[in-house]
Amino acid sequence: MSAAATTPAREPVLRLASVCKRYRPDRPAVLAGIDLEVAAGEYVAIMGESGVGKTTLLHLIAGLDRPDAGRIALDGVDLGTLDDDARTLLRRRSIGFVFQAFHLLPYLTARQNVELPLRLLGVGAAERRARTDRLLDSLGIAALAERRPRELSGGEIQRIATARALVHEPRIVLADEPTGNLDPGTATRTLALLRAQIKVHATAAILITHSLAAAHTADRILVLDSRGLSPLEAA
Amino acid sequence: MNPRIPAIGSAIRVWRTLLASQLREQPVRLALGVLAIGLGVSLASAIYRVNAVAVAQFDGAARRLIGAADLIVRGSRTGFDERWFPRLARDPGVRAADPVLEVEAAVADRHRPLHVIGIDPFRAARFGGALLGTIGASAGALLPPDAIVLSTAAAARLGLGQGGILRVVVGDAVRPLHVVGILPPGAVPQALGVMDIASAQWAFGRVGRLTRIDLQLAPGVDPRAFGALLARRLPLGVHVIGAHTDTGRTAAATRAYRVNLDLLASIALWTGAFLIYATQSLAVLRRRGSLALLRALGVTRIELEIALAAEGASLGALGALLGLGAGGLLASAALAHFGGDLGVHSLRIAGGAPGAGAAASAAFFVIGTAVATLGAWVPAHAAAAEAPAAALKGASRAVQAAPTAGRGLAGLGLCAGGVALAFLPPVHGLPLFGYASIAGLLLGAVMLVPIATFALLRRLPDGGRVLFDTAIAQLRDGIGPATASLDAVLVSFALMVAMTTMVHSFRISFERWLGDLLPADVEMRVPLGADTARWTPREQARIAAIAGVARAEFRRTRRILLDPRRPPITLIARRIALADAGRVLPLVRETSRNLPPSIPPAWISEGFEDHYRAKVGHVLRLPIDGKPERFVVAGVWRDYARSDGSVVVPRTAYVAATGDRTATEGSLWLAPGARVVRIEARVRELLAPADALEIRTSRDIRERSLRVFDQAFAITYALEAVAVAIGVAGVGFAIGSAATARRAEFGMLRHLGLRRREVIALLAEEGIVLTALGVLYGWILGFVVSLVLIDVVNRQSFHWSIDLSLPLGELLALGVILVAAAAATALLAGRGAVAAEAIQAVREDW
Repeated sequence: MSAAATTPAREPVLRLASVCKRYRPDRPAVLAGIDLEVAAGEYVAIMGESGVGKTTLLHLIAGLDRPDAGRIALDGVDLGTLDDDARTLLRRRSIGFVFQAFHLLPYLTARQNVELPLRLLGVGAAERRARTDRLLDSLGIAALAERRPRELSGGEIQRIATARALVHEPRIVLADEPTGNLDPGTATRTLALLRAQIKVHATAAILITHSLAAAHTADRILVLDSRGLSPLEAA
Repeated sequence: MNPRIPAIGSAIRVWRTLLASQLREQPVRLALGVLAIGLGVSLASAIYRVNAVAVAQFDGAARRLIGAADLIVRGSRTGFDERWFPRLARDPGVRAADPVLEVEAAVADRHRPLHVIGIDPFRAARFGGALLGTIGASAGALLPPDAIVLSTAAAARLGLGQGGILRVVVGDAVRPLHVVGILPPGAVPQALGVMDIASAQWAFGRVGRLTRIDLQLAPGVDPRAFGALLARRLPLGVHVIGAHTDTGRTAAATRAYRVNLDLLASIALWTGAFLIYATQSLAVLRRRGSLALLRALGVTRIELEIALAAEGASLGALGALLGLGAGGLLASAALAHFGGDLGVHSLRIAGGAPGAGAAASAAFFVIGTAVATLGAWVPAHAAAAEAPAAALKGASRAVQAAPTAGRGLAGLGLCAGGVALAFLPPVHGLPLFGYASIAGLLLGAVMLVPIATFALLRRLPDGGRVLFDTAIAQLRDGIGPATASLDAVLVSFALMVAMTTMVHSFRISFERWLGDLLPADVEMRVPLGADTARWTPREQARIAAIAGVARAEFRRTRRILLDPRRPPITLIARRIALADAGRVLPLVRETSRNLPPSIPPAWISEGFEDHYRAKVGHVLRLPIDGKPERFVVAGVWRDYARSDGSVVVPRTAYVAATGDRTATEGSLWLAPGARVVRIEARVRELLAPADALEIRTSRDIRERSLRVFDQAFAITYALEAVAVAIGVAGVGFAIGSAATARRAEFGMLRHLGLRRREVIALLAEEGIVLTALGVLYGWILGFVVSLVLIDVVNRQSFHWSIDLSLPLGELLALGVILVAAAAATALLAGRGAVAAEAIQAVREDW
């Protein structure tokens, strides 16, 4: 087990054990022997060169893809025991996503985009609205609630996307290069808001990034390479 | 240097790049658009070619029959006094005159009469050897009183060769004629016989009668002025006309049929245009970023617009070329199997090669290409007008025309104009304003679709279902792209609704009409159109006295020429009185209450009313046997059998005017228990040329008529099916394109926890809502268009009315099928869209 996978003091929300992923049998594995534990409220950054498998790792954690070997457990539930529907429902309930390209639905307003996970979970309109308003307010974008994405700047859009990732209070937020399309100032402000919200809601978070500055907003920084995950200092 | 030249050169380079990528990315979609244009062009060109061959052959034959005449004096089928011939021949303005007797001779053992022309072989020679030249060596052989020469078509139809005996029915007797020669193939295309005029007069009981005198005028005599003077001297019912009027009647006879078949072809053509419009609209949307990049790289607005419109033009040109080729094959097949009559049996010809006139081919090519270019130009214009910066940023998704007030006003204006055009009269007998009205309504509706859709979707309350609400939100926001596919559904479905309603209404009206006109158990008649066969009063009495016949009623029908520029009308003399006219005839106008009692009543058909502008209460002067017989119009009735016009008069009045007590048609009511087979056998025993009689039960006639009706409209149903299939395909492609374009969106939804089937359901719900709107608009628009088809196009083309009858079940089923087909297509498209892994989808930048 690598140092990166050391068990945190608290009960882990996410646990990966000896996870391997290979896309083609005649090629080396993209990920091999990955171990990782992330506790509730813990914010972990993963860095690594392009093509090393960072995003693949994120997709395995989200249940969007299956490992060839090893075990991934979210809140103690082994993803390998779930079929696609069950993994999807688990994702709906327990995971929040922030993408580099934002991926808001262009035909919905900012509020409707943020509300979407709550609607999928069947949360009532009043509660939906209250939780959304609270979050938009705390992110400083309450005034943008009725605007559509095309009317917003990149930073504003990413804050909406961050709100969408957190509104249903997931167990873990997966952020894949969330500031890759933003200028440094906006990126810093966005990450600060993300960190603050994660801490407020005691949500675990994994940040995939190339940026050392972005990684330094996390509690732990891990580096992914062909040997697996290791702390930044050891890499 | 002309700045346009580099613009066009650059546009061509852009067009080649864009078209190549289009062909790579969506070959099936483009192929369907090409096929739709090809279908429209092939149908239109085939109809044109078939008719052109038929009309050319018949006009050529008519010229051979008429020769080099300057004027023609033409009487009714019963003819006029032959003493007019020496009078005209001696006129100083006339260089030569040629008498002709034309008869539709009933033939024993045959149900179709034979057209027989009696000519003076020696005088005919002076008319440039017209018909005589084709008779050749047979001319001398015509002189014996029972000699006849047959055309190749007549010989083939009758199964007779040289030396054979042709048995014609004259009155109640059979008269044998000797076939002394067969005209060479190609001399005249139609089936006819040629006799010496004196022999024909004797053989058909028309001694002293002529039906036509062809005149060659003396040098320097103005045909128009001479004709006008001559017209004043001629007796009632005898007309003088220019030779060109006579030959041109063949083209006029098929015009209404051609125009209506062309309308069907245009449905395919316009559906193709809308398909190209929808495909190109979506292609423009899909390539929005690329197009904006081209603009950013220096491609000008006009270059981009030309390049995109040229994409449509290329597809249209390819479709038109395919259509011209297919049209030639279709025309050859139609001529080989059905002849060239286009619904007019007198124009039936055997075989013939459809020529491809360069001008006509070029016109069809241009029409196909232009329609496709128009379809592509609308989105091209919108795409070129978009600011590249906004497109690159992805700020504005509505490349299509947004629902603006100006567009709404234009749509309303077009619809109002369409309605107004429907009230205008025909142009040269063609319902051109009717077609313009339909075009206005369709275009107006297309303009109004975004506004109506936007208004409807905006008012739709939040359904509380995340998938449905998201689908509605997508449609509401993407109103432009949505309307591109809505237009394809709307146009094809509305036309289908209109055609289905029109055909259904016509069938119901036709069935009722048959019931009104066939109240008896058995109907009998001499061969339709024959001039020579008829039943004497004695024969009528004997038929009425047959055991098992409870009641018999006889009618006399004959053809009367009222206007030399029009085909003759049919006079029907039957038992009818003012009091019971509404019971025995399908009247469409009230019988006038204040009719002059001294003048016998007449009931005119709608065709008669239209062609001769007669109204209820007008006094008609019908030329019967050269005398003007007066009748007062007591009502107007619906006659689906004779669009050229017909008039019903009391038989008593007809007998009083002519002394003619013979009959050509009869209705028999059977006593209870009487068997039709025995009655028919007995009737045939009583009538000498029994085989020249057509006798059928009314039920059989009704069934046969409806079968013929359904066959006649089979092509309509086939074209409707093609139009709707194209419409559904258009929706499918629209949904498929949207699904492909929104793969990243679906991928994100999968990340958020939407199951595959939920993503597919989302797309299906969008497809259902979109198609349901198209169906809703299609029903409304189709109903309005059906009113124009029934009350304007049909009325002005065929001169008969139809009662509106809505095939509600059929229309509902069609709508459900269309929505179901769209849902199925959306499901397939959705499966394709979510088949790719969500993780790949979200990595694609949108």
